[in-house]
Amino acid sequence: MSDNNDWVVNGRDLTKIYTMGDIEVHALRGLSVQIGRGEVVSIMGPSGSGKSTLMNIFGCLDRPTSGEYCLDGESVANLKDEQLADIRNRKVGFVFQTFNLLPRSTALTNVELPLRYSPPNGRKRRELAKEALVEVGLGDRITHRPNELSGGQQQRVAIARALVNDPAIVMADEPTGNLDSKSGDEIMELLLGLNQDRGTTLIIVTHDPEIAEQTQRVINIRDGVVAEA
Amino acid sequence: MNYLQSFIEASESLLANKMRSGLTVLGIIIGVAAVIAVLAIGNGTQESILGEIQGVGTNLLFVTSGGSEDISNPKPLTLADAEALADQFSTPSIDGVAPVLNGRVEVTFAGENKSTTVVGVTPDYASVRNVGLSEGEFVSDTDLAGRSAVVLLGTEVAEDLFGRKSGLVGEKVRIEGQPFRVIGVLEEKGGSSMGSEDDQILVPMTTAQTRLLQRSIPNQVDIIYIQAVASDAVPQASLEISQILTARHRTMIGEEDFSILSQQDFLDLASTITGVLTIFLGGIAAISLLVGGIGIMNIMMVSVVERTREIGLRKALGARRIDILSQFLIESSLLSLMGGFIGILLGWALSLIVEMIAAGSGTPIVPAMTLEAVLLAVLFSAGIGIFFGLYPANRASMLEPVEALRYE
Repeated sequence: MSDNNDWVVNGRDLTKIYTMGDIEVHALRGLSVQIGRGEVVSIMGPSGSGKSTLMNIFGCLDRPTSGEYCLDGESVANLKDEQLADIRNRKVGFVFQTFNLLPRSTALTNVELPLRYSPPNGRKRRELAKEALVEVGLGDRITHRPNELSGGQQQRVAIARALVNDPAIVMADEPTGNLDSKSGDEIMELLLGLNQDRGTTLIIVTHDPEIAEQTQRVINIRDGVVAEA
Repeated sequence: MNYLQSFIEASESLLANKMRSGLTVLGIIIGVAAVIAVLAIGNGTQESILGEIQGVGTNLLFVTSGGSEDISNPKPLTLADAEALADQFSTPSIDGVAPVLNGRVEVTFAGENKSTTVVGVTPDYASVRNVGLSEGEFVSDTDLAGRSAVVLLGTEVAEDLFGRKSGLVGEKVRIEGQPFRVIGVLEEKGGSSMGSEDDQILVPMTTAQTRLLQRSIPNQVDIIYIQAVASDAVPQASLEISQILTARHRTMIGEEDFSILSQQDFLDLASTITGVLTIFLGGIAAISLLVGGIGIMNIMMVSVVERTREIGLRKALGARRIDILSQFLIESSLLSLMGGFIGILLGWALSLIVEMIAAGSGTPIVPAMTLEAVLLAVLFSAGIGIFFGLYPANRASMLEPVEALRYE
């Protein structure tokens, strides 16, 4: 195990095998990837290449079948579900293609959601959530519900939610996939800006070469391994 | 975990589906209301019956002719039996003896007609049955000896015949066509489930024997009321009565041709009957609670499937199993507790309605909503919420975040 703390994401020889009935699906076949602190990386690859699996493992939503994965210096390969939940809560922010906001809750409550599962409570939570919303430019929309916001604004709420716990990495899965190009550009601008202001490590999973071009490094996945560029 | 926050969130999610939550809660409301109302009315009925029986006096015994079913040709009770029982030396536990004859008669006054119960009594009846007079005097020994045509009216009879309850001493009424002089009016006792004591008239025993209620055997009486010296002397008094009557009727032990009933027997019987009824009806009501609980489970299952993505999201954001589990459990308990509280109010309202109906029909029942019944209903409904919420909540908490997030 590497003690090099400059790698915020450090995966070695990752494999993932899904068993579907009698068939074993090898989603990852000994993949190794390192991502440095403060980097902006995009992960590209065709459907079925294993990039979703990789994202799930990076985001601690899933465990590799074998291999070593360290997130922010913590080895997570052998953790229990509850410990994984804790790591997700503290170290990972998720931005989804479909926003995944709670439809009946206000922007503020949505942003507060990760804090509900971690120590700060009451006032402190509210303040942190407000700050995050101000940071993504929605300071005047905190009491709006998702259906009162545009797609771009909803994604901003989701980004605020991803940031509110001050995570080590932000995983964005096709963050602009459901947006028109103008809002998409704004969201990318916001994400890249946050990376510059806060130094948040940003991992974007995308199909869109235009998005990938804006990142510092592109990791191409083919058949469960990193394809050499 | 912030419980207030969870509580608010659970209420919000329930309120988002008002119609569905309402219908789900309805099952619990009806169940709890039924249980509460049945228990309250059951308790009230029991109290009112026991109150009436106790009001008569717990040291009272009733002796009637006829023993168990297989005794043939029981000897009727007679005045001589009563006199023997009144003997202070052989029956030290007995304080007073009042033999009576009773039957139905027609009483008329100035064209007003009333059918009522006539009771032939001796002067001791007043103290044994604890009868008070609102005016006039009780039947005296002179009346008894002279077979006087005198009568004491119950208030209901007085009301029906004269339209008033006082100033009646000296009036003349006709009983079965024969003229009787009113010598007093009985104190009002109020309704009773064993027949109103206000709807009766008292005449001297001898008068009843000769003029109103002819019996096949001379000096036959229908019931002998016995007053024991104290409540705890009732078993001893019962024993003494039994010994004397067995000897006088020359029956074998175990083949008595008479029955002795004490107030305690009536008390026991009454509370057994009302108790069994309450449990029976309460049990039926509890089944509807169970059905309501299954309704909650059903809705929670639907809710879990519907919110699979939300669960996935929460898990992705760091919710642990216990967080998801408690979220759904709080929702289901909230549903059933709401049902419980509304059900208690509704059950209370129901028992008040029953009280009004009962009062209107002359048999007052005061429904007694006990703390135990309320606690039982609250705990039971909360328990149902938790029990029937557990399975869906557990299903939700076991969802894999990756799969739940992918769910469409």
